[in-house]
Amino acid sequence: MTESNDNACPLSQREIIDTYFMENRSRILDVAAFLDRLERARVKDAEDDFRFRALREAMQALVGDSATRTKDIQMILSDPKTDLLDERDQQSADGAARE
Amino acid sequence: MNWIDPHVHMVSRTTTDYEQMAMAGCVALSEPAFWAGYDRSSAAVFHDYFNHITTFEPQRAADYGIAHYCWLCLNPKEGEDMGLTREVLAFIPEFLERPTVLGIGEIGLNRVTKREMESFVAHVDLAMEHEQLILIHTPHLEDKYKGTLQIVEALKRDSRVTPDRVLIDHAEEHTIDMIREAGFWTGLTLYPNTKMAMDRAVDIVEIYGSERLCVNSACDWGPSVPLAVPAFAMAMRRRGHGAELIEQIVHANPAAFFGQCPKFVIPG
Repeated sequence: MTESNDNACPLSQREIIDTYFMENRSRILDVAAFLDRLERARVKDAEDDFRFRALREAMQALVGDSATRTKDIQMILSDPKTDLLDERDQQSADGAARE
Repeated sequence: MNWIDPHVHMVSRTTTDYEQMAMAGCVALSEPAFWAGYDRSSAAVFHDYFNHITTFEPQRAADYGIAHYCWLCLNPKEGEDMGLTREVLAFIPEFLERPTVLGIGEIGLNRVTKREMESFVAHVDLAMEHEQLILIHTPHLEDKYKGTLQIVEALKRDSRVTPDRVLIDHAEEHTIDMIREAGFWTGLTLYPNTKMAMDRAVDIVEIYGSERLCVNSACDWGPSVPLAVPAFAMAMRRRGHGAELIEQIVHANPAAFFGQCPKFVIPG
C-alpha cells in the first residue's frame, strides 16, 4: 500500500471502488451497448463519422495509463484549430471537430 | 445548508422550481442574459427581456425568500450580428442602475468567429466604462478550448480588466488551467450530459482547491437541474469532504465575487 498527498481524493482506492464501482460498471456497459448497436444498425452509413472517429480515439486514451485521461479526452474531442472563424458556420456545436 | 446558485435562467423555469430551490436552502441566485433558443429579431425584444429579469423574476424569487440578481448583455450566440449588438449595447446603460443588476454577462464566444469577438470586446468595453463586474460564457463542446483561449487572451490584452472582477464560467478539465493561471474566478456548470458532471466537479475541487471557484446549475429550458448545487454538496459529502469546504464553494465564494458589486446583499 502506498499513500499520496498532493491533490489526493480523501477516499482510498478500496473506498472509491466500494462506493463508485456499480455506477461505472453500468456506464461502461452503456458504452459497449452503444457500440454493439452501431454494429447492428439497419444500414452502416456512418463508419467514418467524425464523432465516431473521435470516440474511438477517446477509448484508446481511456485504456492508457495517463494520469490525466479526462483532460486528454477533452482535447481529443476539441477543435485543434484555435484561430477565429471568418464567419459563423452553424449555431450549435457537434461535440467533436469535423476535421 | 444555505447556498447560492450563481448562474440560472429562471425565465425558462417554473415557479415550482423557485419553491423547491428555496426548500433546499437556496438564498440567492443570479440570472445572466442568455439566448432564447432562437436569434431574436429586434433590439426591442431585448429591452422587454431586460425589463423582465429586473422586475418580474426578482418578485417571483422574493415570494420564496430568494434574492434574485441578474446580468445584462446580448448573448454570444447572437454576437454574429454586430448591428443588433450595437443597438442593444446602446440601451444597456439605462438598466445598469437597477437595484438587482450585478454587471455585464454572460458574454463570450459561441462558434468563435471574428464578429463574435468584436461583439465580446464591445461588451467588455461597456463593462469597463461603467465599472461593472463581468460574467463570461465559454463555448460548448469542441469549441470550448479554442474559445476559452481566445477569451482569456482578449481579456489579458485589455489593461483595464481586473481578473478578480471577472468570472469565467462553464470551465472544464482542459480549460481550467488557463483561467486560474490568469487570475480569473472559475465557474463549473453542473449539467446531466454536457459541461461538468457532479463527480468531475468534485475532482476539480480536489485537484485545484476551492479558491475563486463557484458551481452552478445554469438551469434553463434544456437538460438541466435546478437543484444541481445541493446535489454537488451531496457529492462532496459522499467523497468525504466536510461542511466548511462545501459552504465555501456553494455560498461564501459566490457571495465574495458578487459582493464586489455594492448592490449585492449577502443573504442567509
